[in-house]
Amino acid sequence: MNRNDFDMLNSGLIYFDNGATTLKPKCVVNEVVDYYTKYTANAHRGDYDISAIVDTKYEAVRDKVKKFINADRRDEIIYTKGSTESINTIVFGYMMNNLTSGDEILITKSEHASNVLPWLELAKRKGVVVNFIPLNSKHEVTLDNINSVITKNTKVISLAHVTNVIGDIRPIEEIGKVCKEKDIILVVDAAQSIGHMPIDVNKYNISFLTFSAHKMLGPTGIGVLYGRYELLNKLTPLEYGGGMNTYFESNGELEYKPLPERLEAGTQNIAGVLGLGAAIDYLENIGLENIHKYELELKKYAIEKLKSVPNIKIYNENSQSGVVIFNIDKIFSQDVAVFLNHFGICVRAGNHCAKIVKDEINVTNTCRASFYLYNTKEEIDKLVEALNNQDKIFEIIL
Amino acid sequence: MDEKLKRDIILDNYQNPTNRGLVDTQGYIRVNTRNSSCVDNIDVMAKLENGIFIDIRFDGEACAISTSATSIMIKTLIGKNIEEVKYIIDNYEKMINEEPYDKDLLGELVVYDTISKQPSRKKCAALPFESIKKIIEQANM
Repeated sequence: MNRNDFDMLNSGLIYFDNGATTLKPKCVVNEVVDYYTKYTANAHRGDYDISAIVDTKYEAVRDKVKKFINADRRDEIIYTKGSTESINTIVFGYMMNNLTSGDEILITKSEHASNVLPWLELAKRKGVVVNFIPLNSKHEVTLDNINSVITKNTKVISLAHVTNVIGDIRPIEEIGKVCKEKDIILVVDAAQSIGHMPIDVNKYNISFLTFSAHKMLGPTGIGVLYGRYELLNKLTPLEYGGGMNTYFESNGELEYKPLPERLEAGTQNIAGVLGLGAAIDYLENIGLENIHKYELELKKYAIEKLKSVPNIKIYNENSQSGVVIFNIDKIFSQDVAVFLNHFGICVRAGNHCAKIVKDEINVTNTCRASFYLYNTKEEIDKLVEALNNQDKIFEIIL
Repeated sequence: MDEKLKRDIILDNYQNPTNRGLVDTQGYIRVNTRNSSCVDNIDVMAKLENGIFIDIRFDGEACAISTSATSIMIKTLIGKNIEEVKYIIDNYEKMINEEPYDKDLLGELVVYDTISKQPSRKKCAALPFESIKKIIEQANM
């Protein structure tokens, strides 16, 4: 789809590491360049023309994000530097002040480090308990398994919408219903699903949602924290300074601004915000349903073709997103990745920052090919062809 | 050394590494080392007597470069004393960082003399030596 929009593809590069970050279309790059070449100014100043332009565009992106995830209010959208900062802000700005010792948080062993470590740190500091929801034989979260570990002390369930290793889609809508019934806060890490499929915070009853722009065609260093207003309004800022206060006096009298400014201290990543806006426009123009359908088509094709590769083991044949994880028997995953690099194919090797998923899939390292809208079946054919030459691997990489 | 010979040495040490498998014997110092890109993960154990490395063993999951480098390192270091080992490590690190080094000290380890051309693999080649440095630190405590 739309390959001409991506300059990075001009060299013939085959980019299958979209789980790590995505390529940027020209419209996103141009939006960022325009800010730096045509109207560089700070936001929230507005007294001269270019500043007013920046202000308007910056706040218009907030409305785009609101609509993109179907939030109720524009002040439920906070700009951050990415998913990691968003989750840390939730944990140390909200949970730290609103949970008490003994409260339970449910996560799983297939979460990314950014949805594990803040909770483990909170457990150390606050005495809350982190429990793992058991996964089924396909390494997926089921409602039954969630219900089996919810207790009267469960206050939070925090899950990736789509996991970055297995690529399974969690039944967030159903989980949201359970959370609503039992008054549990539902935190959803949408880093791997945003820009790949529609997300609706209202329909899914999501309390907090986090994502990074760079995994949805946007710039790096910009992301979003969504919080339902009554929760977000109780989140204590982690940063204090310009832009977030109404006034302060030397006698200590002060007042902070309402949301969203209260949680956006200091000059923000304005170019990043504008690039995020351009990415949303681009994705909506194609349609999130269409993107999801196309990725599934690529995955189905890849599985079918990869199965013919000698000595291959595929670990997530059934997951319904564009992620394939595999190993070649007796060859270390990193060696396979270095080998594929010689054919201009980018895949990720390792544990993909989900260091405890090994307890689930019984393998510590894998190669991951993660597809996006600009990938093609022809590129998958080239991956298969390269892997079929595996007997040359040591000649090539050593 | 010609490229084909280098490759054969690396491959042989990857597929049939020296002293792979840990032992449950007293008197060894054991350390775990992982590289920062979170892939390779090796355990190395060494026995020192009067400051001499009389045995070194390893196990773990690592790529062809890390595994073979560990194997060649073990062969090179057994029988050497701590000062000699430090000197070898110093020269090895100079080699992979493209600085002048003493080739004669390194034996088969010179198979990695062009590893700096692949920056992501430099860490793999350096990994086993990180383990030995940790062991020396513990031995000196």
